[in-house]
Amino acid sequence: MNIPVRDVTAAQKLMIIDCDIHPVQRVKSDLAPFMEARWRDHMATFGGHIRQGLWAGQNVYPRMMAGGRRKDAFPPGGGAPGSDLETMQKQHLDTNGVEVGMLIPGNGSGFEERNLDYGAALAHAVNEWQLEYFVRKEPRLRAGLVVPQENAAAAIKEIELRAVDRSFSQVLISPRANEPLGRARYWPIYEAVEASGLPLGQHNANINGGHPSTGSGWPTYYMQEHYAFLPHQQAMVVSMIMEGVFERFPKLKVVSIESGYTWAPALGWRMDKHWERMRKEVPHLKRPPSEYLREHFWYTTQPIEEPDDPAHLVEVIDWIGWDRMLFSTDYPHWDFDDPRYAIKFKMTDKQKAMMYRDNAKALYRLS
Amino acid sequence: MITRGAIDCDIHPAVPNTEALLPYLDDYWRDQIVNRHIHKQSFHLQSYPPNSPLSCRPDWRPKDGPPGSDLDLLRAQTLDAFGSSIAICNTLHGAISLFNEDMASALISAVNDYIAREWLDREPRLRASILLPLHNPDLAMKEIERLAADNRFVQVLMPVMGEMPLGRRVYWPIYEACERHGLTVGVHAGSTYRTSPTAAGWPSYQVEDYIAQSGSFENLLLSFIAEGVFQKFPALTLVCIESGFTWLPTLLWRINKTWRGVRAEVPWLDRPPADIIRERVRFTLQPLDLPKDDPQKLARTLEHIGSDDLLLFSTDYPHWQFDGDKVLPDGLSDAMIAKILVDNPRAAYPRLREAQGAAPTQYKEAVP
Repeated sequence: MNIPVRDVTAAQKLMIIDCDIHPVQRVKSDLAPFMEARWRDHMATFGGHIRQGLWAGQNVYPRMMAGGRRKDAFPPGGGAPGSDLETMQKQHLDTNGVEVGMLIPGNGSGFEERNLDYGAALAHAVNEWQLEYFVRKEPRLRAGLVVPQENAAAAIKEIELRAVDRSFSQVLISPRANEPLGRARYWPIYEAVEASGLPLGQHNANINGGHPSTGSGWPTYYMQEHYAFLPHQQAMVVSMIMEGVFERFPKLKVVSIESGYTWAPALGWRMDKHWERMRKEVPHLKRPPSEYLREHFWYTTQPIEEPDDPAHLVEVIDWIGWDRMLFSTDYPHWDFDDPRYAIKFKMTDKQKAMMYRDNAKALYRLS
Repeated sequence: MITRGAIDCDIHPAVPNTEALLPYLDDYWRDQIVNRHIHKQSFHLQSYPPNSPLSCRPDWRPKDGPPGSDLDLLRAQTLDAFGSSIAICNTLHGAISLFNEDMASALISAVNDYIAREWLDREPRLRASILLPLHNPDLAMKEIERLAADNRFVQVLMPVMGEMPLGRRVYWPIYEACERHGLTVGVHAGSTYRTSPTAAGWPSYQVEDYIAQSGSFENLLLSFIAEGVFQKFPALTLVCIESGFTWLPTLLWRINKTWRGVRAEVPWLDRPPADIIRERVRFTLQPLDLPKDDPQKLARTLEHIGSDDLLLFSTDYPHWQFDGDKVLPDGLSDAMIAKILVDNPRAAYPRLREAQGAAPTQYKEAVP
């Protein structure tokens, strides 16, 4: 997790596609050049307006170290981990043999903003900023196409503006939305995503969309908040399936990022079992829910589960399908998975190739 | 029959209508309930709409009254049909959803008294959970103290989704009382809908809410573990009722891994949380969230869970979780079945251990 910067320069045999890398601005005003004057002023004067007691950029569940980042990933020239391309290249891309890296901008990218127009301005700026600071300078990186999911018009505009640009690998929305993501208000966005041919990435988020992080109110500890991503993501999956999103958008592909994956088989069993009793309530579903799950969802691996017997994890991935697994490191966050050490179970050469590289290559437009 | 002598840890009797509670209310509350026409409310929970397929198996539906409201039917359809030696009544009454805590606790007390008088007194195989008003731990404590002398009450009952995560310290007086009286802490599926049942918001469909119950049990275990409930109350057992359990391997793996990274935040945890869960948390059998015709998945899931001690037999009567007499899944060894039917329930409920062979304390003696 928190190992020092290494001097390893030897070529890695294994090239990986890292499906979860977190870039961040050195200072928030890095976004200013990509905004209209009105929003530059707004950012400087008011800043974010989000659904938590601490003003933007702070944690109501403080992390265990360095604000949730690897302590060794702070750039020598200042700024937060993930804000400096050169540090990212030296520490991660070069050292860990990253052939392609997917940038996933997080909080402060407009997803969670209550002022919907400012949210749209932020998302637009974050997209330009990724190109300017990272992707144009580093051909191994791909930008995430950030869209404010509560502002469908702005989201669609942003998708249509950028869908042809191969610098972007996927459309990103927050699963921590105002409503469960299967609901009809989000369908215009899915229509645009499906038309673009890009996958829809969902990285679980700390900032809520208007609902406590559990069905029984707010947890006390970061330990709980960190875990709550899993039930939350399961609810998001259930919503998209039960609302019939995939009947309406049969080509839509969803990537569940940093939200666990070992829950997928048991969730499929549970959905099928109770759908069978309740299917009159959701007559728009034509097939058992687990079939939509198997066909439409992909999962990033970090933080990889660590059962006492690593073979148990292999079994569960067999049930999920090896073709759905996308290796990710979560660089530069504290619970980074080192590609050399994170996976403790044995894989065949084919499984290894799928998980580290080939699945991502097939899913994202990476040729 | 293979289940003969089983201890059924989850059945649901229902109060037929609110008028049936009037004899168990004091004068003030009887006036209030009648004058305000509150006795015309059914108090069915949103989590279990009475006509939904979830709430009653078609062949178990009574001609009159809500599912589970007829003792003779319950005897025939579950106690006799499965040969249960004991069955624990978990009465899911809507009074827990009221906001007026005085009214809620008066009605909840009436429900508990109704169950003792109308069901436990009439059927010696039955035991019950004490339904708690969680609005105010002081009221919950009073209800426990009022009924604890009646040994036929073997646990307390709370819905998995309420105002706050149930591990919160504000609830600890309840757990202290449970530990002192040898009562098990029972948490059942269901919500009072104080907040959306998922972090993703309010789902459209009832089937989504029901599926989301398991996620709430995941968060419940995180809450109990992180807050240190099991450290503070070393004799306490938590039973997750109607929670499902096939989601448990992910939780055990993830909670240990996360704990290694964040343990400084919860320094009272002196060993891996998964070990604590295997020791102190139990799960009722139904619903079995498994693929049909694939017993191997159950065997592998139990292997991933890593303990034979966790499952407690339940029919979940009259909820529709299985058809015919297919209450046990295929693929369990005889030894495992014996544990699920009797040994594990006895271990989970101190009051079932004590009651072995002894006549239960009579309600009328116990309650002044």
